[in-house]
Amino acid sequence: MFNDLLNQFWPATVDGLSLGAIYALIALGYTMVYGVLRLINFAHSEIFMIGTFAALAVVNTLGFSSVGGFALVGVVLLLAVVGGLASGASAVALEFLAYRPLRRKGASRLAALISAIGASLFLQQLFARILIPWWFDVPKEKGALPLQGHFVERQDLFAIGDFVVRNDKLIVFLGAIIMMIALDQFVSRTKLGRGIRATAQDPETSVLMGVNIDRIVTATFAIGGAMAGVAAALYMMRFEETDYFVGFLLGIKAFTAAVLGGIGNLRGALVGGLVLGLIEMYGSVLFGTEWQHVVAFTVLVLVLMFRPTGILGESLQQARV
Amino acid sequence: MSSIEWAKKPVRKITSPVGSGMDALRDWWAIQAGPVRWTVYLALIVGAFLLPHEGIGSFMSPYSDWQGILFYPIGGYILLAIGLNVVVGQAGLLDLGYVAFFAVGGYTMAILGKQFGWGFWEIIAVGVLLAALSGILLGAPTLRLRGDYLAIVTLGFGEIIRLAARNTDSIGGPNGIAGIPHPPNLTEWEFPDNAFFQALDLEGLKPFTYGALDTRPYYYLMLVAIIGTIIFAKRLEHSRVGRAWAAIREDEDAAELMGVPTFKFKLAAFAIGAAFGGLSGVVYGSQATSIIPEDFPFILSATILAAVVLGGSGNIPGVMIGAFLIAWIPERVRGVGEYRILVFGAALVIMMALRPEGLLPSRQRKAELKEGTGGMGSLGAEVGGPGGAEVEVEVSK
Amino acid sequence: MKRVPPRMRLLAVLGAASLALAACGDGSDSGSGGDVSEVSIGLMGDLTGENAGIVLPIKNAAQLAVDEYNATSPKVKIKLIPYDSQAKPEQAVSLAKNAIKQDKIVGLIGPAFSGESAQVGPVLEEAKIPSVSASATNATLAESGWKYWHRVISDDDVQGAGIGEFIAKGVAAKKVFVIDDKSTYGQPLAATVKAAAEKGGATTQTDSIDPSGSDFSSTVNKAKAFAPDAIFFGGYYAEGGKLIKQLREGGVKATFLSADGSLDPGLAKGAGGDNAEGSLIGCPCLIDPEGSAGDASKKFAEAYKAKFNAPTAIYAAEAYDAATVFIKAVQSGATTPEDIQKFIGTADFAGVSKQIKFEANGEVSGGDVYIYKVTGESLPLLGNAKTAKP
Repeated sequence: MFNDLLNQFWPATVDGLSLGAIYALIALGYTMVYGVLRLINFAHSEIFMIGTFAALAVVNTLGFSSVGGFALVGVVLLLAVVGGLASGASAVALEFLAYRPLRRKGASRLAALISAIGASLFLQQLFARILIPWWFDVPKEKGALPLQGHFVERQDLFAIGDFVVRNDKLIVFLGAIIMMIALDQFVSRTKLGRGIRATAQDPETSVLMGVNIDRIVTATFAIGGAMAGVAAALYMMRFEETDYFVGFLLGIKAFTAAVLGGIGNLRGALVGGLVLGLIEMYGSVLFGTEWQHVVAFTVLVLVLMFRPTGILGESLQQARV
Repeated sequence: MSSIEWAKKPVRKITSPVGSGMDALRDWWAIQAGPVRWTVYLALIVGAFLLPHEGIGSFMSPYSDWQGILFYPIGGYILLAIGLNVVVGQAGLLDLGYVAFFAVGGYTMAILGKQFGWGFWEIIAVGVLLAALSGILLGAPTLRLRGDYLAIVTLGFGEIIRLAARNTDSIGGPNGIAGIPHPPNLTEWEFPDNAFFQALDLEGLKPFTYGALDTRPYYYLMLVAIIGTIIFAKRLEHSRVGRAWAAIREDEDAAELMGVPTFKFKLAAFAIGAAFGGLSGVVYGSQATSIIPEDFPFILSATILAAVVLGGSGNIPGVMIGAFLIAWIPERVRGVGEYRILVFGAALVIMMALRPEGLLPSRQRKAELKEGTGGMGSLGAEVGGPGGAEVEVEVSK
Repeated sequence: MKRVPPRMRLLAVLGAASLALAACGDGSDSGSGGDVSEVSIGLMGDLTGENAGIVLPIKNAAQLAVDEYNATSPKVKIKLIPYDSQAKPEQAVSLAKNAIKQDKIVGLIGPAFSGESAQVGPVLEEAKIPSVSASATNATLAESGWKYWHRVISDDDVQGAGIGEFIAKGVAAKKVFVIDDKSTYGQPLAATVKAAAEKGGATTQTDSIDPSGSDFSSTVNKAKAFAPDAIFFGGYYAEGGKLIKQLREGGVKATFLSADGSLDPGLAKGAGGDNAEGSLIGCPCLIDPEGSAGDASKKFAEAYKAKFNAPTAIYAAEAYDAATVFIKAVQSGATTPEDIQKFIGTADFAGVSKQIKFEANGEVSGGDVYIYKVTGESLPLLGNAKTAKP
């Protein structure tokens, strides 16, 4: 058991970081929306799913194949822009249609949570039953099946220990770090970012200070959604396949990562995601892959018992240390 | 509250067309005396007894077996919703892994019944106790967590139970357990075959003979379980425990300062809610013949939570209506085939938008909602919108 | 206006409605017996869900058999009623009860998958409705003691043993890495393959993947560390394709084998490029679009192609045989479930896929395992597992 971990330590570490990076990027969206609205946006998984299909459409339309080297970075950037736009726009639409009416009525968070679950089911089914068959020209009864778009050429870059790091895994990891830093800078330095932090901290006072709450909420959903879209582009590069249900498990894990790191905290989302990815990979080696999720949730419970607000503590307004 | 007072509230009335009938109904109910209430209770029980009628079924579920779906999902969801309502509605604790207790009950029935040959009636007691125990086991280390941290931990617990069952070969692994015995027949007695019972569609029914084909005896079993839990939950609500829960739900810190041992009461809520979940699991398992871990997915927890909130968190008739709708709508719209879950998801969003406090919120909860959010927490950035301002004005008067 | 309390109004409406409906219900119950000109046979499986791709050929083939029969203008026609269980057990049970009570089916083709079969079996048993499945291969189904349940396909124990033996002898693998998807289908099958491969002298190691996940890298790392000659995957093609892709990209080059759940062009498509090329898929089913296995197979393949404009696919031949069982029963004059059940007990005829003759526990007698080789995006028949060489 522990011998296995020693043998597979470096592969598990590299794969854990690359898996955790995707968790982290999705977790950023969860954490932003939670920080501002105190809402667990379950439909965020589907925002991610929409991003993967947007990226797939680009790959199919432009007919990429065997892209490697620096060209791959360019292609991923293009996918990230398209995915980010698609996901960001969908997140704003979701907020406008599903959550805004609830906010207007001063509804409870629980009501919004149920609305989120309903929206999540709706979006999944909308894709599986209507949009995928129409968009990707597959027979209607096969809309639920995975779709592929193979375009990446895997290249070995360098070795850590006895494990060779591949181009796609490295890009995913670096992509997550870069996006997190960019978002962190945005939230702490721009006017809009200050508005978001103010609203997260104290909505009443920020209104008095002249902050337009609706604008802030829209911006939060747009940015959080765009992050999911970037995650979707990186995911498509790494796995080259998606289906209508792709966001479900990733979404739950990303939310777990956000809580693990300290929900509402942007750096916490990154730390939580990477830690969760590592725990899952090490746990898989130690106990068998079938226990991967059990290990992840058990560690979550343990961490919360000793640090009730996650590894880095909560709150978006403290993003700037 | 009289109907005149109600008329003074144009804002809510205009924005809540779905629920206004429900509100009127509740206002009428509130002024009725004992005898009227007991008559209605009796009528409801008789009505529930006659519900499996094929005539009702052909209208209620033309696409699937009405008597079957009356037992599960409708009956099962209602029992689960009453149980989850204790945790979410009464104590104000967000539980996203409630299905775990349902699974504990189901597996208790399967293991003790199949592998140890126990009888159904002993298993009920053990299953309920085991579920309550697992509720305590989950609650003890985690109930100090607040709000959404508790939610994610319970979600994790639900997944751990399902995955552990899937990975444990001694309880069947992914294949689960097949050949679960049905409850022993209490009596072979059947309704006489005459014109009266034919009209009620009860002729030849053996209400205490538990087979595979006729689901009605199980439905009656579920009905008894539901009525029992309603009485229990109702008595709890009006007891010291219920008042403590209300205090915790409204303001946990204040309750603690006033001398309410909040941890103890939260643990009790978890244990009681879990016990109800276990009960429904045992009853479900006794009919299902076989159970597999995939019968207990996360989405079922979310669905039951949706039932509670949709119906009106904290109010038992409300959550029952919510559970009924949640279970029934997808069956009723089976005619739209592959679009049924699509319709269901959209219906959830629309219903919450029209009536965020639930179809039939409790009187007390409605009052609490005026003050704050009835223990359900408020969205962070809820002030400032033009619509929000109106509600603010209305709420503050 | 005088207000009637809403609850009272509701009760009055409900009461009136239920009385009216009760009257309707009585009328419809009393019209059975006498000569019948048409009987209903149900067909149950996942017709719109995730695994619809596997079940649609079953539906097509059964429809083909029934249409061919009805075209001969027989005395008693057969109506085939599809039931879309979406492979969900509780949905299957509910639909089965409806099929029995309302549609009064006299027999059922299916349920297609094992999970739903486990739940529907007791219901059909108590209602005394015979069923013939073309595709439910879980071994434990035959151990339930059901009399009315049958299948025209060999079970997973036969399949697993056949593939395991093939891995040890045909592929001559010394080290086998066995992966399952922790599903009711994949896990027991993988366990049987593992046992059979070990019996054939191979050493094995196991791991599982989560079919709802997408990152199988920990399984890939384990496979790489074990350095096997062959990898067997017990699971469905959607995950199988992803798994092959990640294994190959991770530098694991061992021969990939799987079973009937992965016998689909989607496997090669999901794997991408030529990653799946040369993979070997076992199945107790016969898929023979060229009709090289015999005259009956050729005739069926041509008729199927003509009607649905697609080559025959997985379980199509078996579904055709399952439908033929019921057709032959009706031809012999049986129109009640009981008579059809009696006929099935004595049935012994040459079907498209194999000789159709049932044992007392409902299993079809004999049964071979066939190996198919992934070539491009097609899956040509390589031969019988006992004799085939990769």
